[in-house]
Amino acid sequence: MATPAPLAVPAVPPVTDFHAWPDPHGRFGQFGGQYVAETLMAPLAELTEAYERLRTDPEFLAELDRDLTHYVGRPSPLYHAERLSAHVGGARIILKREDLNHTGAHKINNTIGQGLVAKRMGKPRIIAETGAGQHGVASATVAARLGLKCVVYMGSTDIERQKINVYRMKLLGAEVVPVTSGSKTLKDALNEAMRDWVTNVADTFYIIGTVAGPHPYPMMVRDFNAIVGREARAQMLKEYGRLPDAITACVGGGSNAIGLFHEFLNDREVRIVGAEAAGEGIGSGLHAASLAAGRPGVLHGNRTYVLCDDNGQIAETHSISAGLDYPGVGPEHAFLKDAGRAEYVGVTDAEAMEAFHLLARMEGILPALESSHAVAQAMKLARGLPKDGLVLCNLSGRGDKDVHTIAAREGVTV
Amino acid sequence: MSRIDQRFASLKAAGRTGLIPFVTAGDPAPEHTVALMHALVAAGADLIELGVPFSDPMADGPVIQHASERALARGVGLADVLRWVGEFRQRDADTPVVLMGYLNPVEIHGYARFASEAVQAGVDGVLLVDCPLEESEVTAPLREAGLAQILLAAPTTAPERLDRLCASAEGFLYYVSFAGITGAAKLSTADIAARVADIRAKSRAPVAVGFGVRDAESAKAIAGFADAVVIGSALVERLAGAASEAEITGRVAAFLRPVREALDAR
Repeated sequence: MATPAPLAVPAVPPVTDFHAWPDPHGRFGQFGGQYVAETLMAPLAELTEAYERLRTDPEFLAELDRDLTHYVGRPSPLYHAERLSAHVGGARIILKREDLNHTGAHKINNTIGQGLVAKRMGKPRIIAETGAGQHGVASATVAARLGLKCVVYMGSTDIERQKINVYRMKLLGAEVVPVTSGSKTLKDALNEAMRDWVTNVADTFYIIGTVAGPHPYPMMVRDFNAIVGREARAQMLKEYGRLPDAITACVGGGSNAIGLFHEFLNDREVRIVGAEAAGEGIGSGLHAASLAAGRPGVLHGNRTYVLCDDNGQIAETHSISAGLDYPGVGPEHAFLKDAGRAEYVGVTDAEAMEAFHLLARMEGILPALESSHAVAQAMKLARGLPKDGLVLCNLSGRGDKDVHTIAAREGVTV
Repeated sequence: MSRIDQRFASLKAAGRTGLIPFVTAGDPAPEHTVALMHALVAAGADLIELGVPFSDPMADGPVIQHASERALARGVGLADVLRWVGEFRQRDADTPVVLMGYLNPVEIHGYARFASEAVQAGVDGVLLVDCPLEESEVTAPLREAGLAQILLAAPTTAPERLDRLCASAEGFLYYVSFAGITGAAKLSTADIAARVADIRAKSRAPVAVGFGVRDAESAKAIAGFADAVVIGSALVERLAGAASEAEITGRVAAFLRPVREALDAR
């Protein structure tokens, strides 16, 4: 028998320490990197240099810690959703209550961090892109708090479905710029913000809201959100005496998910599951499940899994939740998928809606539509585990912003 | 000697400044793209930059983004662009063609497959906007196939980095004359002159200057110190909406001829 030809793709050595990434080039295995135009290389180098210095600077970390405690309201509690768990009839579902943070989502963990970096770098103007509006609100909030000028780019489709958050940003003193190109959603807002940054880099700091974009953003945004997992892991050990059997979070760009997952990556006994937006179902083509249904490609400055056609054109995605409506995903998630450390599965609009109503009626919590995907996945995981099992779910944001979307979907006039 | 090197050598011998128009493949009309390329040459182009449409052109301004969107709406893909270059080559064996675009369409097409098809079609160089030198490992098959790696340099490029770009540039080095997106803002000629003189002293490849060249006057201002002038957004804007071949050819001539004359009159 002929010897099979060696594989063209070099074998990936097994990962021994998941906390050792990215490498100095900003790569997570084959993913990540800095796929940007020449004009952005200098600003990225400036940012990388500044952030590498600050991430171990005790004074900076102390300032961040103070703000997280006294302004954001950390630590956020763990909450055992007893009635929901009983209804599901499986393991205990434990919610990490990021929805209780100031501004109502995990996004503030990152914007506080980047806002302080901007201040230290002497940049008087910040810009941000936003999908659901949560990151825009969190950026506008931090800008107000630090006395910085703030411009938020938002797709005109998203502006329509997230009117409340648009007004919140304006009340906080931010300028909201509608983006009417392409699909008029998050990816187009990101393109537009990049353009602004390229043009105004001398006085402008770009606060990216998720773990995507060119290095150092995926690392920096992860670092600022990793407090979620650090707290949750310690809280689990303190309150339940052990680590959870499984942890889950919703994945759009993937910032709240990496925030929860990161501290648990080397705990190999903990199952890690990311819930992507399957929209009308992955088979329908109307979804935003980049990891579950996409392929490796290059988008927004990094190599990652993307949803695109055979010509390499980025696909228009669909999800009931604007925050998950993104055709790429953070490169670290792509890495974790290929390394087999995390699983990524689709949760449909309908499943998310069902989870939303259950959590509202049984626990008195209105979750964000994004977070409802994680709750639906937590219910699936709990069902497969015994009653003394533990499923930890990141409740990344509250659902007040989604009330109009839900009413419209259910034919109710508010 | 490659077609690009040959072209720059003869420009230098003649003491002329090169004219490099940029158009988006498939815009304003996919069926007339080949005719458009011939019209560019007839109006004085020395080299053609052909944009490969992409859904998320992060580094481009609204004019070229809209051209991309129009082409995509009419179903233009990378395979069409390569086919058009092949057709163009049947009647023009001398004018170098550089494809300008973003990485993802090439990545999905496959680097090795793209490289061999592009060479076959008669493409001479490739400028992948979102593939800086640091990430150019992935594009090795393109260089190995003989496609020139066109690199960008910007006003913000740090000196030691510029040295590396100058050492790695193939075909020509494309200097973007201000730190913004394509087609915006005004240029300060004195600043560009100083920077370009510095780059030309270091670079093994000729230097083309673009981003913000709008008409004969601004092209002429740059012609004094650059090996070539790239003119993109202003031309794409002028072509938008032209439907027939005659209309496209007419608009190209009306726009480009004065630029050509201004460059030559210097």
